[in-house]
Amino acid sequence: MSGNMNINLKVWRQKNGKSQGKLVDYKVENVSPDMSFLEMFDVLNDRLINEGKDEPIAFDHDCREGICGSCSMYINGRPHGPNQGVTTCQLHMRSFKDNDTIVVEPWRSAAFPVIKDLATNRSAFDRIIASGGFISINTGNAQDANSLPIPKGDADDSFAAAACIGCGACVAACKNSSAMLFVSAKVSQLALLPQGAPERATRVINMVAQMDAEGFGSCTNTGACEAECPKQISLTNIARLNREYYKATLFSNEG
Amino acid sequence: MNWITKMFSSSLGQKLIMAITGLFLITFLIVHCTLNSLIFLNDGGVTFNAGAQFMATNPLIRIVEVVLFIGLILHVVKALLITLNNNKSRPVKYAAYDGKANSKWYSRSMGILGSLLLIFLVIHLSHFWIGTKAAQLNGTILSHNTYLELKEVFESPINVLIYLLGVISLGYHLMHGFQSAFQTLGINHKKYTPFIKSFGNVFSILISFIFAMMPIAMHFDIIK
Repeated sequence: MSGNMNINLKVWRQKNGKSQGKLVDYKVENVSPDMSFLEMFDVLNDRLINEGKDEPIAFDHDCREGICGSCSMYINGRPHGPNQGVTTCQLHMRSFKDNDTIVVEPWRSAAFPVIKDLATNRSAFDRIIASGGFISINTGNAQDANSLPIPKGDADDSFAAAACIGCGACVAACKNSSAMLFVSAKVSQLALLPQGAPERATRVINMVAQMDAEGFGSCTNTGACEAECPKQISLTNIARLNREYYKATLFSNEG
Repeated sequence: MNWITKMFSSSLGQKLIMAITGLFLITFLIVHCTLNSLIFLNDGGVTFNAGAQFMATNPLIRIVEVVLFIGLILHVVKALLITLNNNKSRPVKYAAYDGKANSKWYSRSMGILGSLLLIFLVIHLSHFWIGTKAAQLNGTILSHNTYLELKEVFESPINVLIYLLGVISLGYHLMHGFQSAFQTLGINHKKYTPFIKSFGNVFSILISFIFAMMPIAMHFDIIK
């Protein structure tokens, strides 16, 4: 078909967490500009399986509609590739040119060890959530709509923070692989609502302690996370996390 | 007191120390720059020397000097420890890394800029602080002519170049550091954050410019 492209890929191949990896060249021909980036990988994997010489490339993916946060590819030096506010599955080949060379790497962080090829183990995020990113009350049936008054602005900010899909692009983008944007979103979404109030202090103290224990770096406010976040989580959440943490440490009975 | 050591050993607590000491060092810069600007009165250093003598003999300033050095050392040592820890957080580096796509180069180079500043500071202190300190100790401070020292140091074009590189590093370090300190303190709101950011940029450029003018004006004898 006219308009189709040839793409030169350099993909990180690594057998398992213990082995050394390296970038391997692949040429993918006749790529439709309407394919998603993951579909191009499907086409390549199909070929690799049929050829039988090389194992297919392992990569994480699930919903393919930009909401699950699985597709963690570091493309040409940026998490999720060149576009703003999208995940890899929502990145289409029309964002590239014919004969482009594209380097694809896994998220790089001590806290996200490589499982195989482009797939990394992001359960550090799960452990951070398990340390406090929840509310313990039984929610029961849906309440009367206005029985718990919440200012519109707080609800909006909470929803905006709750848009975080836990993909880890913030960690991948940060020069210190800091998880502050992720943790700040998870702390903010509950700190802004009355339902989150009873555990507000313990939550932030425990989640920060778990974040540090997982080996993420610290935040130096470069803003790379905000710029690369597919859900455009704002840096104001990091400031809120800082406030919540100091407040909980200095003025609550926790910690 | 377990909670307080826990707080200051956490990544957030360490950053809090960076922010507080950083802002404290900025207040020192304002005093330093204002006093030094007295040379622009072009009165042969009379007012400037009077200011320098006040700073060298006032007992309150002597105490603040100690606090200043503690603040500086805390800022440097904490930065070093944080950087070492951050370097451990990504053992395998990216083959392709496009940092400029998502952040300013100077925000990613605070360690390098800070190291340059520290080297500059050692040279700067050896030029002026040591002489003043010696005069304080041997009781000749009242006849100590700092203005003459300035003249001598800035006769050398190499020294002028070192000072220019020093203030350029300072300017970029402040451009990120100023607004970053407020973010770390948790001060971020759409009502005033745009002001903090633009004020920080103007302040950084202005203070570096004034500092840069001092060696230039002295070297080219614009100030007699």
